[in-house]
Amino acid sequence: MLTKRIIPCLDIKNGRTVKGVNFLNLRDAGNPIELAEMYANNGADELVFLDITATEQKRKTLAALVKKVAEKINIPFTVGGGITSVEDVEVLLNSGADKVSINSSAVKNPNLINQLATKFGNQCIVVAIDAKKIKNEWLVHLVGGKVPTTINLFDWAKEVERRGAGEILFTSMDNDGTKNGFSNTALATLSTLVNIPIIASGGAGNTLHFIDVFTKGKADAALAASVFHFKEIEIKVLKKQLRKNNIPVRI
Amino acid sequence: MNIAIIDYGAGNIQSLKFALNRLGYEAIVTKSATVIKNADKVIFPGVGHASSAMDKLKATKLDVLIPALKQPVLGICLGMQLMCNYSEEGNTKGLGIFDAKVKRFPNTVKVPQIGWNEITNLEGALFKNIRENEFMYLVHSYYVPLNSTTVAKATYYKLYSVAMQKDNFYGVQFHPEKSSAAGEQLLKNFLKI
Repeated sequence: MLTKRIIPCLDIKNGRTVKGVNFLNLRDAGNPIELAEMYANNGADELVFLDITATEQKRKTLAALVKKVAEKINIPFTVGGGITSVEDVEVLLNSGADKVSINSSAVKNPNLINQLATKFGNQCIVVAIDAKKIKNEWLVHLVGGKVPTTINLFDWAKEVERRGAGEILFTSMDNDGTKNGFSNTALATLSTLVNIPIIASGGAGNTLHFIDVFTKGKADAALAASVFHFKEIEIKVLKKQLRKNNIPVRI
Repeated sequence: MNIAIIDYGAGNIQSLKFALNRLGYEAIVTKSATVIKNADKVIFPGVGHASSAMDKLKATKLDVLIPALKQPVLGICLGMQLMCNYSEEGNTKGLGIFDAKVKRFPNTVKVPQIGWNEITNLEGALFKNIRENEFMYLVHSYYVPLNSTTVAKATYYKLYSVAMQKDNFYGVQFHPEKSSAAGEQLLKNFLKI
């Protein structure tokens, strides 16, 4: 049976792992390579590296860091942040990344999804979507969630699937950093609207939130950062609890 | 030991090379027929689209070389699928090593399948010291149905082949280079065949 995935996210700024509340007030949570190895050895199913400064500063992602990570760890990992072209993706995949995540650049140039899926296969293209509920409508946001658009989350999700995305990483801006749980209603809707895996992000605070995101939210994977980085939740302990609740996990 | 990783421009070869390095082996990434023929072990990786990958193999005559190899050959993911007779992906004729047709998962399940799935009914040298129901990492939209060469199975909407063996040819649908300690054990097993 295919298992539900637990994915620590390492937000990278200036080569260090950081995580803030609602994407602001960043705190230093350590060395990314050490963290990556620690997670790989302690039950993480995958890792995501997001260079959160990249989109804003138009900085290219950290190919050198990717190579160091790929040398060390034996589980899959995704890299995102500032990816705007086929060439950017080629560099990252050749450095050892398994998947890449695109966000703002896909909204600005949706055809990039088609180009990447055709050249590298849709299995390695993750489209990250940040959204926030405004006047009862889920709207896509850009540049690390700072800039609102008029694009409807669910319409965009269907479009990225049609264009060749292999997975969707959905972050609810309303939940991110709150530790009050994932956005399960929106997640469940997404999961029935598209037929590609959904990675849930934003709001993880305790074990119950993970149980809910897989049952109520119908997510295929759950991503979190600070609860793992600051050892508020140990992945091994979390997985035992999930299994007790009949959620299939790799132990 | 000379290990050749076949380089035909399809897929993430770095992570495979790094995985072998972690096990203490150096592999040569090559498209040279001579190097491949003379290697002790050959690994045939691949991700991406079947028909474009097959075109690349044909362009360098690797489509003729690979089925004629006599040493142990391990196909991974798309590599394994290309070793079959035929793939529905792009209506592609394969290398014809495994007598099987590669089919697309139906839309009753999420496609691609991405993640760790349990592997069962493990048979043969490839799975030495790997437990039944071990987890391996898979990323794929097309699958190989059960057939006479199946040596490991998994369930995704139904039971299908996640590993095959015929003579000196081995194939795994999952990515051993990304499947933690169990995947490393499988690579070690292959290198000891």
